[in-house]
Amino acid sequence: MSQMKRRTVLIVNGALFLIVLFWTIPTIGLLVSSFRDRADIQSSGWWTVLPNLAWQPTGNTLPLPEGQERDTPITIEGVTATFDEWRAGVDMGGGRRLVWVGNLRRGQIEEFRQNWSVNWNFTTTNYEQVTGGKEFVLTNPDGTTRVELGEDMVGAFINSLTITIPATIIPILIAAFAAYGFAWMTFPGRRLLFIIIVALLVVPLQIALVPILRDYSQLGLNGTYLGIWLAHAGFGLPLATYLLYNYISGLPKEILESAFIDGASHFTIFVRLVLPLSVPALASFAIFQFLWVWNDYLIALIFLGFNEGLQPMTVRIANLVGSRGQDWHLLTAAGFISVIVPLIVFFGLQRFFVRGLMAGSVKG
Amino acid sequence: MTEEADFSWSQMLVSLGLIVVTFLFLYLGFVWLRDSGADRILVAIFAIVWGVGGIGALYYVFNNLVERLPGGWTSRIQPFIFIGPALALLAWYLAVPTVRTFFLSLYDQQDNFVGLNNYVQVFNQRIMIEAWTNNLLWMIVGTAMIVIFGLLIAVLADRSPFENVAKSLIFMPMAISMVGAGVIWKFVYDLNPNIGLLNAAVTGLGGEPQPWLTLLQPWNNLFLILVVVWLQTGYAMVLISAAIKGIPEELLEAARVDGATEIQIFFRIMLPSIAPTLITVTTTVIIFMLKIFDVVMVMTGGQFGTEVVGVRFYRETFVAGNSGFGSAIAIVLLLAVIPVMIYNLRQFSQRETFK
Repeated sequence: MSQMKRRTVLIVNGALFLIVLFWTIPTIGLLVSSFRDRADIQSSGWWTVLPNLAWQPTGNTLPLPEGQERDTPITIEGVTATFDEWRAGVDMGGGRRLVWVGNLRRGQIEEFRQNWSVNWNFTTTNYEQVTGGKEFVLTNPDGTTRVELGEDMVGAFINSLTITIPATIIPILIAAFAAYGFAWMTFPGRRLLFIIIVALLVVPLQIALVPILRDYSQLGLNGTYLGIWLAHAGFGLPLATYLLYNYISGLPKEILESAFIDGASHFTIFVRLVLPLSVPALASFAIFQFLWVWNDYLIALIFLGFNEGLQPMTVRIANLVGSRGQDWHLLTAAGFISVIVPLIVFFGLQRFFVRGLMAGSVKG
Repeated sequence: MTEEADFSWSQMLVSLGLIVVTFLFLYLGFVWLRDSGADRILVAIFAIVWGVGGIGALYYVFNNLVERLPGGWTSRIQPFIFIGPALALLAWYLAVPTVRTFFLSLYDQQDNFVGLNNYVQVFNQRIMIEAWTNNLLWMIVGTAMIVIFGLLIAVLADRSPFENVAKSLIFMPMAISMVGAGVIWKFVYDLNPNIGLLNAAVTGLGGEPQPWLTLLQPWNNLFLILVVVWLQTGYAMVLISAAIKGIPEELLEAARVDGATEIQIFFRIMLPSIAPTLITVTTTVIIFMLKIFDVVMVMTGGQFGTEVVGVRFYRETFVAGNSGFGSAIAIVLLLAVIPVMIYNLRQFSQRETFK
């Protein structure tokens, strides 16, 4: 019985470990690669930072066999292979490999041996190139050089912050006022209006983009911070109001009533009493909305996409994927910069985030 | 008690003046933000202060005015100061656009009235049929994988001493944008076995490198879906895990004492107990999959047979300028979520609020 129990524990933890490993490997790959040299990324996998059996040149060279033709098999040290196979390298056994370097007539045969090694050639150049917007001289494999302009990710990073912070606080403030109004004030149409908010919870935001874009063109809000803040506020409001209503309506009645008797106005009670008491709920939604806005691509693409000076990181990186899909040294560094802020927020405030999720997260 | 006596015209004028001044300042700030070429960090800080402070100031000055109104008017109007801004934004950004988008969907690219023709096209164009088929694949295969993985991990983690670490690592991708995830996984899927981990594994086992995202049709859709499974399983796991923790321990103990195997306990006790949570998670993920956009847009752009409705909507509306067609797609998406909307409303009215 106890032995079976131990085996179950082993299987459970083993399976869990494997799943977690698979889940984290892609992110680790991005992080490691972003610190590797451009040429290294192209020529060897990021996993070579782990100890691995790699073929390394011993420095020994062998003379070329004379008088060979390209299309006949070539024999060296008793091993026969075609010219192309020799070019790719042939295992001679005993952890030894010979590679034909150069063309058929000139060149040499180099000897390689398999050794345990780690590839720890790290650099921060990728980050400098991606953030600085400076010009970089790159050497091509054929020896020529070209000048390349780095990406201005610092600008995009600041844009992301400038978009995200107000687009998080504004809807929370508006929703908290509304939640208080629905919970503690009486006015005609109260129930019907709240039912409409519940109905709007799952409306897909695609429905709103065309009319809003038209309004924005007329109002001159296209490509402005205000425009995108209000858009995020509008799309986040149903969930924010719903969650905050659930919390604020559950606050103890006695506290509010005694404040009323003391002559406090609704506004004072809201600012001095309800807001401080609601911090847990406000924080839950704040994290939710922060991550949602920071990670948003569609809304930023439509309302800010054409204004390069205001583009957030997501839009800039998506453009980078499109225009320089093979420049992995830039993509990995840029990708990691965009991921680092949400990861800090996430690991720092995970408890609140989970609570926000549990409170019912259905967003349009 | 003495509210009538407190009323004074001079204070009213001060309040009104305050509103005018606030609007003036906010407008000046808006113009400065739009036109100034100042240092971007300065602009960013000013924008944040202006935006957040402005909203707070507006509430303050309007409430200030309302509190100075005579007699019963304060209590009559004040609720609308509190809920008004929220209602206005909701009306402008969600409620009214539903109707406007419906009307737009009746017109073609040249603004001619075409009735329901756009809707006919939405279900008959070849590319749209491909998109709907793929979306169906996303909604069925993707959702199934997310819920099953989420359930599996929740059950495993529940019995492990490393529960918290494991759960937070699985949950971590939830914080990553779909664009970021696109970059991460394009890297994994790269054709070059020196770059792409998957092809390194395949060649390491003696196979040929595969173009996972492009020519490997129709399987490339599955590799795109995996990216979202990676992102969203954490969500399913967290909710399911909480539901499992909510099952009374005595119930499980009693079953064990009666000699039930772990598998029997799972199917006979756990699954029925967490069924409501599973339904919530499944619906949320299905809606999410219905609107999938970013991952496909960034990784394949909808090419190579990976087109989805979300990408079609974007391309038709904002690239081709055919907003009537795009609006028709949006309306169909709205119709698709109406059952969920009705379910939410029914749940809400069953609760004992607003008695």
